[in-house]
Amino acid sequence: MSSQPSSISKNEKHQPWVKTSHWIITISFLLLVFTGIEILMVHPRLYWGEVGNELTPAFLELPISRNHNRSDWEAEVPFFDTENSPVSAGRNGEEEMFNENGWGRSLHFLSAWFLVVTGLVYVILGLLTGHFQKHIWPRLRELSPVQLFRDIREHIKMKIAPPTGGPQYGVLQKIAYMSIIFISLPMAIITGFTMSPAITAAFPFLLEIFGGYQTARTIHFFTSIGLEIFLVMHIAMIILSGFKQQVRYMTIGKQP
Amino acid sequence: MKKKQIITRRAAITTGVAALGALLIPGCNQPMPPNYGNILRMGDNFTYAAHRALFSSQSLAKEYSFSDISSMPATGTINPADTSKEYFSETYDKHLRSGFENWQLPVEGLVARPGNYSLDQLKKFNARTQITRHTCEEGWTAIAEWSGVPLKALLEHAGMMPKARWVNFYSYDGWLDCIDLIDAFHPQTILAYGMNGKNLSIPHGAPIRLRLERQIGFKSMKYLEKIVVTENYVDPGDIGWAWYNGF
Repeated sequence: MSSQPSSISKNEKHQPWVKTSHWIITISFLLLVFTGIEILMVHPRLYWGEVGNELTPAFLELPISRNHNRSDWEAEVPFFDTENSPVSAGRNGEEEMFNENGWGRSLHFLSAWFLVVTGLVYVILGLLTGHFQKHIWPRLRELSPVQLFRDIREHIKMKIAPPTGGPQYGVLQKIAYMSIIFISLPMAIITGFTMSPAITAAFPFLLEIFGGYQTARTIHFFTSIGLEIFLVMHIAMIILSGFKQQVRYMTIGKQP
Repeated sequence: MKKKQIITRRAAITTGVAALGALLIPGCNQPMPPNYGNILRMGDNFTYAAHRALFSSQSLAKEYSFSDISSMPATGTINPADTSKEYFSETYDKHLRSGFENWQLPVEGLVARPGNYSLDQLKKFNARTQITRHTCEEGWTAIAEWSGVPLKALLEHAGMMPKARWVNFYSYDGWLDCIDLIDAFHPQTILAYGMNGKNLSIPHGAPIRLRLERQIGFKSMKYLEKIVVTENYVDPGDIGWAWYNGF
């Protein structure tokens, strides 16, 4: 629990609980991305607010499945006798639609269970063991413009330090890890909760803070894009710094 | 050495799952639906147990104001009287032709007074009107005003027996689905005959549909034909969808 940076041993290796949670979360995350794309393909339209469906305008429509821009509808029937009344319309050709949500949703939520439970254990252990304080949380000194610019310049020049086999992270690395641990993943989880009718019945404030179901769904989507960009960068950095060694250190931990 | 590590990881996962299971024991006094030996359904049953253990059975889904009412697609079955469809129902067709004049909803099973309820009889119960959000599993949402009989009132009127555990719904388009008693007695669980101030239209489930506001849209079954109260889970087989859809 030391706050002295000098106390981080150069030889410190990744802790077993860090490695275990890393890989459980990796598998959960990949399954969540896979099933998330499948779920989005069923209704590839994004909206703001509480309401969004094929009879209301979308803010973004993604051409990622045959369900986008469907036009097989019965005539629209207004609900009220007023001008601009909301309408109803029956959807035809349901059989031709893409929908694999039967297993897709179930696998998404099963993976989410593993992510949430492992994530909770990880955060609790991270706080208790001082892992966050020691390795993840950037020190004030590291956040000085000089230090930051040096690290950015080295990244641009592709001068990536070889792996140490442990949690001796650079400042950009710390900022990236901190962001996904404390911002992106919690955001993905909370916006996911906000899409659950049972959870929002128990915790109505969720819909209030996000301004509605569809806003939460849209944020959920963009958060996942952010996490996927992180994943690509993370893998790129691992390759640049020595893929074989890095994977070894994160798994069996032996010197190559 | 490699082998040893794998065992450790597996042990860690097992321990974690077991620990969570222990946390959820209070939720397990509810009967659980079968998971068909399917690991996916195990996850959904786990979600069910967690929701029942952690959340109040009386928490209400958000209700909106009249001006929030939105356009709403009608999906799935949009007319059980459509002869070109597999789910075509001759009985429904007959009722539709007579304007549901002789339509009746049987309430059977573990009730002291099994009976058939006509639309007029159902409309004599104290109605509940709620403006709620329909949340489709596909990802779209719509807000509408629903009016109908609270299921609780109907079950009490029919005299539900204490050993009853499930309320099963049969529909004209061939569906069978059930809900537990927590959902059945929830104040917002209604048998809706009105939508946005008018009689429920055919595409939205005329003459009566279920509204189950704390689950995903397809659990709010349309075109109700019969209600049966049972002690044991009536197994529709693995329909490929989770039984509990609060998430």
